[in-house]
Amino acid sequence: MATIAEQVGVPRSDTRTGDTVQALAVYLTLGTLFGSILMKAEVVSWFRVQEMFRFQSPHMYLTIVSAIVTAAVSLQVIRRLGIRTVSGDPIIVPPKEMGRGMRYAVGGTMFGLGWGLVGACPAPLFALFGSGISVFAVVILSALTGTWFYGVLRPRLPH
Amino acid sequence: MQAAETLQVLPWYVAGPLIGLFVPVLLLVGNRMFGVSGNLRHMCAATLPTRAEFFRYDWRGVGGWNLAFAVGVLLGGVIVGLLTPDGARVALSPAAVQSLASLGIQDTAGLVPVELFNWQMLFTVRGALTMVGGGLLIGFGTSYAGGCTSGHAITGLADFQLPSLVAVIGFFAGGLFSTWVLLPLLLGAAG
Repeated sequence: MATIAEQVGVPRSDTRTGDTVQALAVYLTLGTLFGSILMKAEVVSWFRVQEMFRFQSPHMYLTIVSAIVTAAVSLQVIRRLGIRTVSGDPIIVPPKEMGRGMRYAVGGTMFGLGWGLVGACPAPLFALFGSGISVFAVVILSALTGTWFYGVLRPRLPH
Repeated sequence: MQAAETLQVLPWYVAGPLIGLFVPVLLLVGNRMFGVSGNLRHMCAATLPTRAEFFRYDWRGVGGWNLAFAVGVLLGGVIVGLLTPDGARVALSPAAVQSLASLGIQDTAGLVPVELFNWQMLFTVRGALTMVGGGLLIGFGTSYAGGCTSGHAITGLADFQLPSLVAVIGFFAGGLFSTWVLLPLLLGAAG
């Protein structure tokens, strides 16, 4: 697969199989937009998450549901029209393996418990830290520790 | 409360569809599945020496784009944070303000309650359980479930994937339990 950068003769970065610096810049820009939208829509707010779980405002539900509907319509359009990536590859959305479903039920509930306490899912963690709430460095480090525990315990957990 | 003090600029019918568009845009740009929690795994794989199979993969190739995206999310927080006046507050419903006040959360300025999320509170039971305990659950849970709000609730549900529906039901079950049982216990507890 030739990336845009290769087509226009820009050398690949020195990462083994990684994206070109130009591609990474695109993802960085998209991430910046995403973080800004999360901030501006108050989705990163602990208060908004509490309000959602207390069913005291439709704001978060309407935001999440309209995001899902937009994504679902987009995926249908991509499939029906056979739209390809900018570099001409077929677009692939791999199905998730159900297995016994344990990982989704148990892992999902564990994440939900954390979401309810911290009032932030992973993307807002980064945005909140960036917005200057320095103690979120501890929350992020704790999340990394949780991930590490999962990685170590993974062979013994039901999936 | 003055209009200048409210944070809300994007209504849901603008923010929601914009968030949803990240799914097709990331696919079109490079066949990437929209999701953020994978970064926790990539960060561990990049920094921690471990024999665990879960962290032994080409994190640059698999996760380089995702890490760049996460750095962007952080930058978005920096930019909007700088543009937001101190003390600005979200336009919470009166019912939520009242519920939080009954839990002892009086100050609804900013994005998180300063009474709970600060460095001193880390050395209290309620602060440590909320921030460290909550963080551990987020990290363990999203890795176990293989996704978070972006990967399962938005990408997975939009693609009608049953595993994502199971995960999202779990997200809400856990969130409701924390909101209605754990937080009131923690905030009511001494220390």
